[in-house]
Amino acid sequence: MIAEIPSFLSILTFLPTVGALVIAIMRFTARPEDQAKIGENSRGVALLTTVVALGLAIWMMVEFDPSVAGFQMVHEVTWLEQIGLGYRMGVDGISVLLVLLTAFLMPICILASGSIKTRVADYMIAFLLLETLMIGVFTALDLVLFYIFFEGGLIPMFIIIGVWGGQNRVYAAFKFFLYTLLGSVLMLVAMIFMFLEAGTTDITVLLQTEFAREAQTWLWLAFFASFAVKMPMWPVHTWLPDAHVQAPTAGSVILAGVLLKMGGYGFMRFSLPMFPNASDYFAPMVFVLSIIAIIYTSLVAFRQTDIKKLIAYSSVAHMGFVTMGLFTMNDVGVQGALYQMISHGVISGALFLLVGVIYDRMHTREIAFYGGLVHRMPVYAAIFALFAMANVGLPGTSGFVGEIMTMVGAFQAGWWVATGAAVGVILSAMYMLTVYRNVVFGEITNPKLETITDVDAKEFGMLAVLAVSTIVLGVFSTLITDVTAASVENLIANYNAAIAAAAQ
Amino acid sequence: MNADTLYQEIGLLTPEIILAGGAMALLMFGVFFTSDRASKLVYIASVLLLVVAGFASLFWTGEGGTAFSGAFIFDDLAKFAKIAVCLTAAMALILAMPYLEAEKLMKIEFPILALLAATGMTVMVSANDLISMYMGIELSALALYVLAAFNRDSLRASEAGLKYFVLGALSSGLLLYGSSLVYGFTGATGFEQIAAAVDGGTNVGLTFGLVFVICGLAFKVSAAPFHMWTPDVYEGAPTPVTAFFATAPKFAAIVLMARVLMEPFGAVVDDWRDVIWIIAVLSMGVGAFGALTQENIKRLLAYSSIGNMGYALVAIAAASQTGLWALLVFMALYMIGVVGAFGAVLSMRTREGMVENISDLAGLAQRSPGLGWSITALMFSIGGLPFMVGFFGKFFVIYAAVQADLIILSVLAVLFSVVSAAYYLRVVKVIWFDSSDIEFVPSSMSVYWVTRVAGLATVLLLPVLGWLVFRAYSVGLATL
Repeated sequence: MIAEIPSFLSILTFLPTVGALVIAIMRFTARPEDQAKIGENSRGVALLTTVVALGLAIWMMVEFDPSVAGFQMVHEVTWLEQIGLGYRMGVDGISVLLVLLTAFLMPICILASGSIKTRVADYMIAFLLLETLMIGVFTALDLVLFYIFFEGGLIPMFIIIGVWGGQNRVYAAFKFFLYTLLGSVLMLVAMIFMFLEAGTTDITVLLQTEFAREAQTWLWLAFFASFAVKMPMWPVHTWLPDAHVQAPTAGSVILAGVLLKMGGYGFMRFSLPMFPNASDYFAPMVFVLSIIAIIYTSLVAFRQTDIKKLIAYSSVAHMGFVTMGLFTMNDVGVQGALYQMISHGVISGALFLLVGVIYDRMHTREIAFYGGLVHRMPVYAAIFALFAMANVGLPGTSGFVGEIMTMVGAFQAGWWVATGAAVGVILSAMYMLTVYRNVVFGEITNPKLETITDVDAKEFGMLAVLAVSTIVLGVFSTLITDVTAASVENLIANYNAAIAAAAQ
Repeated sequence: MNADTLYQEIGLLTPEIILAGGAMALLMFGVFFTSDRASKLVYIASVLLLVVAGFASLFWTGEGGTAFSGAFIFDDLAKFAKIAVCLTAAMALILAMPYLEAEKLMKIEFPILALLAATGMTVMVSANDLISMYMGIELSALALYVLAAFNRDSLRASEAGLKYFVLGALSSGLLLYGSSLVYGFTGATGFEQIAAAVDGGTNVGLTFGLVFVICGLAFKVSAAPFHMWTPDVYEGAPTPVTAFFATAPKFAAIVLMARVLMEPFGAVVDDWRDVIWIIAVLSMGVGAFGALTQENIKRLLAYSSIGNMGYALVAIAAASQTGLWALLVFMALYMIGVVGAFGAVLSMRTREGMVENISDLAGLAQRSPGLGWSITALMFSIGGLPFMVGFFGKFFVIYAAVQADLIILSVLAVLFSVVSAAYYLRVVKVIWFDSSDIEFVPSSMSVYWVTRVAGLATVLLLPVLGWLVFRAYSVGLATL
């Protein structure tokens, strides 16, 4: 079916932009006294758009052929062809699930934005534009197009954090923007260098291009600068806690659920296949940084007094598993890393929603403020328990699959790598269980909590969808690995061939 | 020279003749009819003349060629630049009109001086000889000095005009001195003859002269370390004049600079590349760091223009066909941003009068969403952030630099672009995050539409960007 619609991916990518335009037209043509009504209507438009996008993404998933390693549903339009730039879209086993993840989280984000009362229309426009840019990152098959989507996403996120964020939002927004931009501009120079070497920015061609050894090193470092910041890896992770704490709930969900995955995706799409020799050379460094990230940020998370900050640091630790798994360059490690990205997208999204639930009621995220929530909010306590366990990596949840796979992969790369990561798993249990006990168990000591209400139907619905996903992915892990297997095997085969060729 | 060749050569000057002849006719008209309606008529006629001159260049179908024994050239580069100069000058005049009426400055001299300046600029981009180059520069500069001080009752405007005049005269002196050295060591003033003379290599005297020529031209494009006049003149001159300064003259001067360096001195690129390298880095640095603490939006845009001229110089440093077309793409896209940005500055009028502080924009996204969104898009476009068109300008500049193996320069360029992103973001921050109760009075139709259309164009041009790039691309290939 989809084969008959060559521009399917472009439609999926730009559908949210159409929704944003509809809201923008409503917003700019309405009379001032109708603006409040427009704000409410924009919620409906945004929800409808994201749900349709999710439907399209599911359709894409159904039509996707997991046995093919290459790109599918490719859409090309000539654009600046004299110089070699083009508009090309396509998905393979690596990107298709991330597209689905993005489309899956967006309706939840729109629903979770009920507490946004000011400038709702602008908010929805920003979110819908962000969705286009995020999906575009995963579907772009052209270097420059990728860069545009990758960087363009900063603009709506800057506005989301800065306008609807917390107390210290301006600082956080600037830090987020400039930090990430600084990482990315070096990648731009590297991209231009590759463009000149290969004469085209077509990613499918670049995947076949062999770059000189010395050039690879520099190119790898330039890409690393960008993806390591985006990931974020220790020691360039410091923008993330600030951004997370200040962002509104839905912003945090998207930040943790999708934006962080762009770094991992970038490694899989560019660094590993295009610069295999440099990746091989730098793998030990990445392992060390990943282990430091896992252990150090887990310890930092343990000392946090702000729940959101704690989850933010926990995200950094979990992204450490992703980078570790990716650079093991064996089947189980890389698949595990992809698994961990999807799983973390669901779990961290849910955790930020859970924080949002109590923040909306009490307007504080201080751990010390809470305690004994189980007495007033039993359903909430149960859901929180599930996701706390999933975040720790309890078997039966998706978190377990990702962590165990990356660790098995890491063991093959070096026992010390896996050992370091295993320490991190213990630490994650430590901070997660502590925060859970302090917030949920015990007696209610704070009189303000006497009146707190349990999750309402809408919140329950959103969290239940995520809970079901976590458990389903935790039990039926082949749902993901079947999709990714062919592409990952292809990636690893090419990588090993390049390493073998270089060894001769 | 027979009549046929003369006729043919005169044909090459069509845009200049339209502008110069029109300016003189309008001057006569304006002197004899002094009513307000007459000066308005002169104004509208000037805009039309610029548009006609732009279209005359656009639809010029002839072969092109040189006139007056090679002193004047009409080639693809000149054609491209003339279209851009005439159209941006027309846009600047359109933006200026409501301001001049409101400030009681609607006098016939304003459009006529602008026309004469535009004539000078069209000569500049067609200069193929040191003498015609100087003539073009001076014609435009003298008109611009007067324009800077046009609001003669304002102390700041007079100061700006005087400052601009003194520094401009100094730069002209440097340029003349450099030109005389070049002439002395090559024995020629024509660019082709100079190119032939330097082909075998240079000597100290010639390099010395070349550096002076570069310094003189750097003044005109306001590249650091010759940028000192820019913030003061931008701030002091009436806003529409600043808008005029920031657009067409910059385009003409940078094209002239590219031509002088790449054509007569193309063979000795190693002699001047380091100079341009340093000027480019300094400009980007001064532009990026200087703007960070500015409170006045015109000063901010002045530093932004210094920085962006640095990027243009990066393209010139590439000294290749790619560099040339990248320069044209960059400048054309930059012009869209600047015209829109000055439209935005001209919209900043409260009941008490014009305001110029960045903080006056606070809460604009709510007070006036259209203007707020437009400025946001324009700032991101001037800053070269994706997915605005401005990104592609910078992208191709870096592309040219990497192609010419100027890796360090390109890395510095992108790093400075991060620093400059901070102040573009600050404007966006004020518009979106802050709130205030300042109320702007609705802007006039022309300013309103120019700002909105420029804001939209930063995004909507993306699909058709290929056309512009292709035009510039063929110019680059045809010229060098």
